[in-house]
Amino acid sequence: MTVERTIAEINEKIKQGKAVVVTAEEIIDIVKEKGVKRAAQEIDVVTTGTFGTMCSSGAFLNFGHSKPRIKMNKANLNGVPAYAGIAAVDAYIGATALPESDPENRIHPGKFLYGGGHVIEDLVAGKKVKLEASGYGTDCYPRRHLETWITLQDINEAILFNPRNAYQNYGVAVNTSNKTIYTYMGVLKPRMGNASYSTSGQLSPLLNDPFYRTIGIGTRVFLGGGIGYVAWHGTQHNPSVARGDNGVPTTGAGTLALIGDLKQMSPDWLRGVSFLGYGASLAVGIGVPIPILNEEILASTAVTDAEINTTVVDYSSAYPERKPEVLGKVSYAELRSGIIKLQGKDVPTTPLSSYAKAREIAQILKGWITRGSFLLTEPVQLLPSVEAGIKLKSIEIKNNC
Amino acid sequence: MVANKFVLRFSSALVDQPVIYHLVKDYDLVINILKADINPHQEGYVVLELSGDSENYNRGLEYLKSTGVDISPLSGTIFWNKDRCLQCGACTSFCPTNALKMDPQERLVDFDGSRCIVCESCLDVCMARAVEVRF
Repeated sequence: MTVERTIAEINEKIKQGKAVVVTAEEIIDIVKEKGVKRAAQEIDVVTTGTFGTMCSSGAFLNFGHSKPRIKMNKANLNGVPAYAGIAAVDAYIGATALPESDPENRIHPGKFLYGGGHVIEDLVAGKKVKLEASGYGTDCYPRRHLETWITLQDINEAILFNPRNAYQNYGVAVNTSNKTIYTYMGVLKPRMGNASYSTSGQLSPLLNDPFYRTIGIGTRVFLGGGIGYVAWHGTQHNPSVARGDNGVPTTGAGTLALIGDLKQMSPDWLRGVSFLGYGASLAVGIGVPIPILNEEILASTAVTDAEINTTVVDYSSAYPERKPEVLGKVSYAELRSGIIKLQGKDVPTTPLSSYAKAREIAQILKGWITRGSFLLTEPVQLLPSVEAGIKLKSIEIKNNC
Repeated sequence: MVANKFVLRFSSALVDQPVIYHLVKDYDLVINILKADINPHQEGYVVLELSGDSENYNRGLEYLKSTGVDISPLSGTIFWNKDRCLQCGACTSFCPTNALKMDPQERLVDFDGSRCIVCESCLDVCMARAVEVRF
């Protein structure tokens, strides 16, 4: 008898406290021991997790109106500019925004100690944040300037809205040049002195549902320590990339746009980060539950680090110049061993996303579901998959301007 | 008993001299070499911990100074802020002495100050700024 389950049936079991929930790591041994068929009969939900830097993140804030009113066309939070080109007291603080006073890379490599990601962390931590705003003054919004302190609790809404998170797989970065380079993949030592990588592999949300058979608009997720939702497919969502025999992409593929109420999130899972010579950003914790609707879905969640491959890219030349060359292919099991073999050389690996924290997120989400405080949602529409035929576009530099 | 960490810098003329040998043989000092890079006919350095009873320790230091070796105490200590640490493990691939290391099973970062040579390689590669040098 093949297993067929609906999300409604799983939710019924969750409410009764009878749902069987395991993490994407625990499922591996269960399937090895019992096989896919029996495991699918017994298990209702598999939880995933990831915790790493995700630059395409930020928060919409509504500050409330001052007396007299102001229509902000500039708004700085602790000196970091937020985008204020929307309604009077709405703004969007982006993870990679930097204070105008930041020396950036003028003294290379810059340190980027404080940026938008740090503002978001400070807000979530309940700290006072300085708001400085200016406007040009109108009949309805006469005030031209204000300076005050706000906290997350003082403002109306704070909506984390991340246009691209949880990349399904990602390339490995090395540097074949003769000097150290400073990238969003961290510091890369010359002559392939290290190789950095950044996914939670077998625990990663989209690597456990490679064709997006369960994840779509409206999927309820763990986001930044609170509850969030999949809002859309993420920017640069590209299901059309090369895939292994198991259907798992061998390079960056699908992505998620996520949304959630910042006020119920935690600084443990939203952390400002600084990349030497590159910039500031935000580390985001995400966990997606995968409902085991059938055996095929369960089989995908049992994927191991050894079965997930990714490509190695030279960030001293191929990446910045957008050349297609890859230097090799490695598995996450090899990456996590600490050393990979590249062109006959032993290269130490530099992890950038936290496997331990990813594991913790999958466990927390498992706890929420097991205790009945987190119900699954039926996606309104699944994410576009291979059939959508998405082709990633690039900027063409035209010479007529 | 006295124990301290030092950075010794050798000029190219000095690298041929068995300085460490004399510290052990003549002054009965315990030497723990933490890091070294010495090549024939080139400048070199050694980071080491010297320990021994206070009389021998002081005489040993006098001897070191008399050889012309540039000697300076290893200043500052690295402080690892576990609460700030994101547990990514990036620092562990930059640490030359495994003072910052990652448990292969739990994949948690840990810091062993006794192995640290304060080379500061970890400071800027930490995205969370969870390591700092304190003087």
